[in-house]
Amino acid sequence: MSDAHAAIERIYREEYGRVVASLVRRFGDIDIAEEAAGEALLVAMEKWPQDGVPPNPGGWLTTTAGNRAIDRIRRESHRDAKHQAALMISDDTPHEPTGPVEDDRLRLIFTCCHPALAPEARVALTLRLLGGLTVPEIAQAFLVPETTMAQRITRAKKKIKGAHIPYRVPEADDLTARLPGVLAVIYLVFNEGYLASSGEAAIREDLTAEAIRLGRILHALLPDEPEVTGLLALMLLTEARRTTRVAGGELVTLLEQDRGGWDRALIAEGHELVRSCLARAAHTGRRPGQYQLLAAINAVHTDAPSAADTQWDQIAALYDQLYAVAPSPVVALNRAVAVAELDGPEVALAQVDRLPLSGYHAWHATRADLLRRLGRSGEARAAYDAAIAATDNPAERAYLARRRGSLAPTEPG
Amino acid sequence: MSQYLLSVIHNAEDMAAMDAMTPEELQTVFAAVDTFNERLQREGAWVFAGGLQTHEATTTVDNTGAETVVTDGPFAETKEYLGGFWIIEAPDLDAALRWAAEGSKACANRVEVRPFQEEPGA
Repeated sequence: MSDAHAAIERIYREEYGRVVASLVRRFGDIDIAEEAAGEALLVAMEKWPQDGVPPNPGGWLTTTAGNRAIDRIRRESHRDAKHQAALMISDDTPHEPTGPVEDDRLRLIFTCCHPALAPEARVALTLRLLGGLTVPEIAQAFLVPETTMAQRITRAKKKIKGAHIPYRVPEADDLTARLPGVLAVIYLVFNEGYLASSGEAAIREDLTAEAIRLGRILHALLPDEPEVTGLLALMLLTEARRTTRVAGGELVTLLEQDRGGWDRALIAEGHELVRSCLARAAHTGRRPGQYQLLAAINAVHTDAPSAADTQWDQIAALYDQLYAVAPSPVVALNRAVAVAELDGPEVALAQVDRLPLSGYHAWHATRADLLRRLGRSGEARAAYDAAIAATDNPAERAYLARRRGSLAPTEPG
Repeated sequence: MSQYLLSVIHNAEDMAAMDAMTPEELQTVFAAVDTFNERLQREGAWVFAGGLQTHEATTTVDNTGAETVVTDGPFAETKEYLGGFWIIEAPDLDAALRWAAEGSKACANRVEVRPFQEEPGA
């Protein structure tokens, strides 16, 4: 019985975004859509264990939820005339998309990621409405109290309603301006899961899986947007290395990872997407954006049979391109890592030392490694200490502590 | 259709910047705002608009108690105050934000967009 219910919960979460998006389009109200979807789940819990799961569970849930919503609106006579009117004119079209851009989830994700909403609210709403995560799950994933997260989501929904933020995919002119906001939300969800500093591991893995799922949906809906493809490729190529990233509670750097443990299927899929981006960029002459470039960098790394085979000249060239579109000291820091392989640690250290990143643990860790390679043990030790102090991630601290411990003893003086 | 308040909020820096403007520069801003207003009217988005005198001209009236109390100046001392506003009609926030972007460019100031409460039964 509980197994059956767990299976239904899984289907429900899988279909939640589709169901809610369709109901939001139909009733023009997020709260009505969520309540109705919740009621449909209760009905499913009652019926499916006996009747079996219907062949199109998403369609079944949407229809059931739609009927429940209509019942509720009829019952509550105090609902304003607008809802009644919406009810009268609404059609009962099936939720299957008729064309890619018609998909209700695409409308809803642009609503959730609207620039008029606070960035943290965009992430939370996207996970709630499209990912089907519960408020407690989202609160736990972002390490904030449940009441805070509930308020954040309620406030955002109230603004959508009160300010009339539309359920609409922006038109071509605005799409270019609005798409980066959506991609940023998805990538943030992914990183929140991938770079987990603490918290429940299971929930965190859920976040990366959810981000990839949203990335796949967006890619299916907007196949001609190269940055959408780039983001999906980037996430797949990063996810492919997940299991080798930590060993024995200690962080394993990219160059030390067991490449045999990388997920070859994800890498193949990611490489294919990167190739299609490159082909498109060559064809259109449009400069690749940051997600495509980050994906390409990851493709070069995952292409090398061993760390020693890494094409560092390609990596450095890609970071140059990335710096041209997204000039940030973090990009310059990552570029310097490639420079260390090409031109030696001394050249790289000079570049790293110029970067204003003294609050960033990776800056200290990079310096520490370069100083270690230059045999400057005393300075390396101080840099490792600074790096350890600047991170809360236990696996990273363990790694840094071991590297510090392996330094040659400092000459007395 | 919903109504939105587009307010032009001035702080001390904005005031200083406006004071520093030459008459010609001010004339350019006025002309840009006029053009914007005409567009609002032509496209049916216009409800009302106006520029306000400076906050020194404010009088506060409080008739919530036993007697009517009239005092010079705004009720609360603030560093920012309303310089002018538009009330527009727009189908949704995206449309209102597009108008606000144009209005901001025209009046050379930031613009706050705020929806009106729905009238009951609207």
